[in-house]
Amino acid sequence: MERQEQTRRALLALFPEVITTVIPIEAVSAEQSEVAPREPGVIVTDFARTGSSLDVLCRPDQVVAVARTMDAEGFFLEAISGVDWIERQQLEVLYDYNRLDGQQCRVLVRTLVSRTAPVIPSITRVFSAADWHERETFDFYGVHFQDHPNLIRILLPEDADFHPLLKDFMP
Amino acid sequence: MTVPIHLRHDETFVLNLGPQHPATHGVLRVKLTMDGEYVVKAEPVLGYVHRMHEKMAEDGTFIQFMPNTARMDYLHALAFNHGYALVVERAAGIEVPERAEYIRVITVELNRIASHLLWWAAFLLDLGGFTPLLYAFDDREKIIDLLERVTGSRLTYSYMRFGGVCNDIDDEFITGTRDFIKRLRSRLPRFYHDLVTHNIILIKRIKDIGLITKEQCRRYGATGPVVRGSGISYDIRKNEPYSVYPEFDFDIPVFDECDSMARYMVRMHEIEQSLRIVEQALDKLPDGPVMGKVPKMLKPEAGDFYAAVETARGSLGHRLVCDGGKNPYRLKLRSPTFSNLSLFGEVAEGMLLADALAFMGSLDLVIPEIDR
Repeated sequence: MERQEQTRRALLALFPEVITTVIPIEAVSAEQSEVAPREPGVIVTDFARTGSSLDVLCRPDQVVAVARTMDAEGFFLEAISGVDWIERQQLEVLYDYNRLDGQQCRVLVRTLVSRTAPVIPSITRVFSAADWHERETFDFYGVHFQDHPNLIRILLPEDADFHPLLKDFMP
Repeated sequence: MTVPIHLRHDETFVLNLGPQHPATHGVLRVKLTMDGEYVVKAEPVLGYVHRMHEKMAEDGTFIQFMPNTARMDYLHALAFNHGYALVVERAAGIEVPERAEYIRVITVELNRIASHLLWWAAFLLDLGGFTPLLYAFDDREKIIDLLERVTGSRLTYSYMRFGGVCNDIDDEFITGTRDFIKRLRSRLPRFYHDLVTHNIILIKRIKDIGLITKEQCRRYGATGPVVRGSGISYDIRKNEPYSVYPEFDFDIPVFDECDSMARYMVRMHEIEQSLRIVEQALDKLPDGPVMGKVPKMLKPEAGDFYAAVETARGSLGHRLVCDGGKNPYRLKLRSPTFSNLSLFGEVAEGMLLADALAFMGSLDLVIPEIDR
C-alpha cells in the first residue's frame, strides 16, 4: 500500500493538469476505467480484482518520462503489448511494470495512438528489456517505435509484410 | 571468466549457432561474432517455432484456448494451464473449490520437478555428461506416469478448467505420489549430488561463469531461477500468493553468487521444496467437489485483467483484455524465458564459446515458449 501511494505520487508529477482527486479503491472497477474515454492520469485499482495496483493513461509523448519515473522508483518492465480498438480507430499500447523486491505493486501504463500512423517513442534507453518487447509489438501491430536501435521483425519471418494481430488482418 | 585483453573487432568472423544445433534444445539460432574462441557479439534470432498463439486465442472461445497453453512450455505445461485458468477466473469472477486448488498445486509442483529434472539432464548433456540423463529420466518417467493417470496426457496437458480440474485424483495416485517422494528423496543425495553437484569437472565448467548482476536482472526483466541465482528473493508463489500456496510451509532458495552454479543450485533446491509442498498438500487434502459452478458460455465483463504464476522458468503473466464478448479480445502472454534470454547477448560478450554454451544451458530455455 505504501509503495502504491509513493508510486502514485511520483507518477502524478507527470500530469500537472490533472486534478488530483483521491478515488477510493472500491469505487473504481476495471470496467469503469475502460468504458468511459479517460483523461490522462493515474487511477488506483483493486489488485485482487484486476491484477494491477495502478492504472496510468498517458499521452504517447509521455511514455519515456513515465518509464524514467518507474526506473527511478525501482520497477522493472514486465512486458509491452498492444490492443487494436478497430471501432475507435486506435491502437492501445500497454506497458506492464512490476517490482523484484517483493513489494506488491503492479503498474499498468497505457497510451493510445492513431491506427493509421502509429508512432510512439522507444523506451529502450531506459529499460533494455524494451528492445525485444517493442520489436514484438512492431511485429504484431506495426507500431513504429522512434529511436529504437534495431526495429526489425522478431518472431515473424523477416520478409513478412503483414501485422497479424490487427483485427482486420485476414490470413 | 577470462576476458581477453582486447577484442580485435577488425578480425572477426560470424559463427552461426543453430537453428538446429543440439545445444540449443529447440530451434533457437544465435548469430555469434567471434574473435578466435571468444564471443564478441551474440545475437539470438527467434521465431523458428512461432505459431501465433495469441491470434488463436482471439479466434476461439475462452475454453478453446486451454489446449494451446500446454503447447507453449511443454516442460511445465500445467503451470501454463494454471496461469490461464487464473486470469479467466479473475475476469469472470469464478470461485474454485478448495480440493481443486489443492489438486492444482500437487500436479503443478510434480510437473515443476519433472521440468527441473529434464533441465538437469539436458544441461549436463550439453556439458558432456551422458549418465545423469538416464537417472533423471528414470525419475521423471515416474512423475509422467502419475500425471498421465489423472490428466490423461503425458506432456501437453489440458487438465485444468475454469472453476477447477477435469478429473479427481484417486488413492492410487496418492500412494504412488507418496512412494515417489520417498524414492526421489533417497536418490537425490547419491545420484544427483554425489555424482554431479560435487563433481570437480562440473564445478570447473560452471562456477564463476555467466555472471548476471542484480541490475541486469532488473533492466532486462528477468525472473525465476535466474534472479534467485543472483541474490534476489523473488517468487510469485511467495510475493503475490495465489491458489492455496500460503497454506504450505516452503522456502524460496536464493543464492548470491550470480553465476551458472548458483542457478544450478537454485533449481536443485527447488526440487526439494516442491517435494515438501506436494507432501503437505497430500496430508491436508480436503474432501469435496473438484469443479465449481461455471456458466456454459463464459462472457466476462469488459476490462483489463492480469494474473501471474511462477513456472519452472520464472514469472508467467497473462494480460487479458475483455470486451464483454465470448472470445478474449486480446490475450498477451508474458513468457519468462523471452525476457531471460534477452540478457544473453550482453552477458555472453567476451566469453569463451564453450562457456557461452554452458551459460545458455543454465538459463533453462524452452523455445516454443519464447516464440509462442
